Amino acid sequence: MTDVATANLNQTRPEFVRELASDNAFGVVEKPLTAFERVWNQGWVRKATILIALALIWELYARWLDNSLIFPTFLDTVDAFEEGIRTGGILDRAGHSIRVLLQGYAIGLIIAATFTGLAISSRFGQDLLETLTSMFNPLPAIALLPLALIWFGLGTGSLIFVLVHSVLWAVALNTHSGFKSVSNTMRMVGKNYGLSGFGYVTKILIPAAFPSILTGLKIGWAFAWRTLIAAELVFGVSSGSGGLGWYIFEKKNQLEIASVFAGLFCVILIGLLVENLIFRTIEARTVRRWGMQT
Amino acid sequence: MSVPSTGSPASSGPLLDVRGVTLQYKTRDHLVTATYRVDFEVHRSDRFVLLGPSGCGKSTLLKAVGGYMAPVEGTITLKGREIARPGPDRMMVFQEFDQLLPWKTVKQNVAFALTSGARMSTRAAAEKAMHYIDKVNLTKFADSYPHMLSGGMKARVAIARGMAMEPDILLMDEPFAALDALTRRKMQDELLQLWDDTHFTVLFVTHSIPEAVKIGSRILLLSPHPGQVKAELNSNGQDTVDPATGLPLTEKIQRMLFADQVEKVHD
Repeated sequence: MTDVATANLNQTRPEFVRELASDNAFGVVEKPLTAFERVWNQGWVRKATILIALALIWELYARWLDNSLIFPTFLDTVDAFEEGIRTGGILDRAGHSIRVLLQGYAIGLIIAATFTGLAISSRFGQDLLETLTSMFNPLPAIALLPLALIWFGLGTGSLIFVLVHSVLWAVALNTHSGFKSVSNTMRMVGKNYGLSGFGYVTKILIPAAFPSILTGLKIGWAFAWRTLIAAELVFGVSSGSGGLGWYIFEKKNQLEIASVFAGLFCVILIGLLVENLIFRTIEARTVRRWGMQT
Repeated sequence: MSVPSTGSPASSGPLLDVRGVTLQYKTRDHLVTATYRVDFEVHRSDRFVLLGPSGCGKSTLLKAVGGYMAPVEGTITLKGREIARPGPDRMMVFQEFDQLLPWKTVKQNVAFALTSGARMSTRAAAEKAMHYIDKVNLTKFADSYPHMLSGGMKARVAIARGMAMEPDILLMDEPFAALDALTRRKMQDELLQLWDDTHFTVLFVTHSIPEAVKIGSRILLLSPHPGQVKAELNSNGQDTVDPATGLPLTEKIQRMLFADQVEKVHD
């Protein structure tokens, strides 16, 4: 190795200068992709393909199994879903679930904002938030159901209680870690403008921590949605009108398994819609446009 | 106020007066003295450079002037008033590329400083922002977001933002250190051109001797651990030969800093 290096050092190689090839000499410099490549580059096309494949596998398996009490076919489920929409049952139930969900989500966000506000303004607040999140974040919301029943009785009250629990810690944790990771330079820039207090938080900290805050909102939403459905399954009926979870439970009792599947289908569909329409749009207009997330 | 020469009467007074400043900061397990009893005066339209090896406390000193930390000893006064907190009368330009707010376009970044720092109306701020963006030749990129710009362009936006505020003094903390050598040289030329236009006062921190000689009209040399004033020299930007020593300015500075290190080695 060393021998080669010294040998190279001792040789002098001739210098040269080259003429560059003229512009029309090379073939392809830039060429549009083929139609198929362009279509396949769209995320939603790839995802739709996956969904179609899954539906196909479902249909084939169910037909092969041929037992509508255990596993109804995809088409039967779609029929039941359609039926549920036509008779109005399923949409009302979904609307009911979403109303409860939004209430719980909003209350959870307000409390999370209060806690994070305390946490960034004082060291004691930070200790408080860190202790509370480490205590309660691992605690599944469902485990609180018996308590909720005793405190709030059957109905919306206890649903909102468990929802707040499931949203609060996820959002507070993410928002707080987002605030903590705002770079020192950006903080100094904000102070340099003479910003302080509320203006500093809303104009510098929140936008700078927005990727984390958005993640928190997404996780909080997913937690809330799954908690709600599970809680409704257990004691969803309140003043005569239950949500989607209760719908699933009822249909199971009536052995309308295709409708059970339709209920689950609806849960998934709403989850997908919120994730892909609402959160994706917010992402595209904010963090992705700002280059804070690719 | 005229640009005072070294022997001028004190009646006009310096713009920035740093008197016997000792700065200390705490790390996880040490109390570090960054500078020890540093004195210097910056006059109007000075291009004042703080130069020294790493660990001489020059950046800490700049932060203290910015109002981000208070001296444990001595005073820092701007226009006769003691500096207590950060403020838009001392705009800072940092080295880091994330000094621009990523959720605002170039134009919004500059205008936001004006509306929130100088409490200007939105329209006036937008006009003034465009004026300064024009000065740094970024008119075409006014509506781009920072992540679409190159490092040199980001530095230019930061300079435009600092200048648009028309601060009493512009504080620059190694603003070109993260740029490649070619861009860096270009930025230095542009900064000098801007200075020719408006004769703003700038306090510039660097560890590069050629940069200090090129940018500075007056150079404060600091020794490391803790930072102490070693010398204060004039520069005309040309690296001229000093008749007393027969050395060009860069060489003279190099020897002053290097001699210090030799002593350290012998200790």
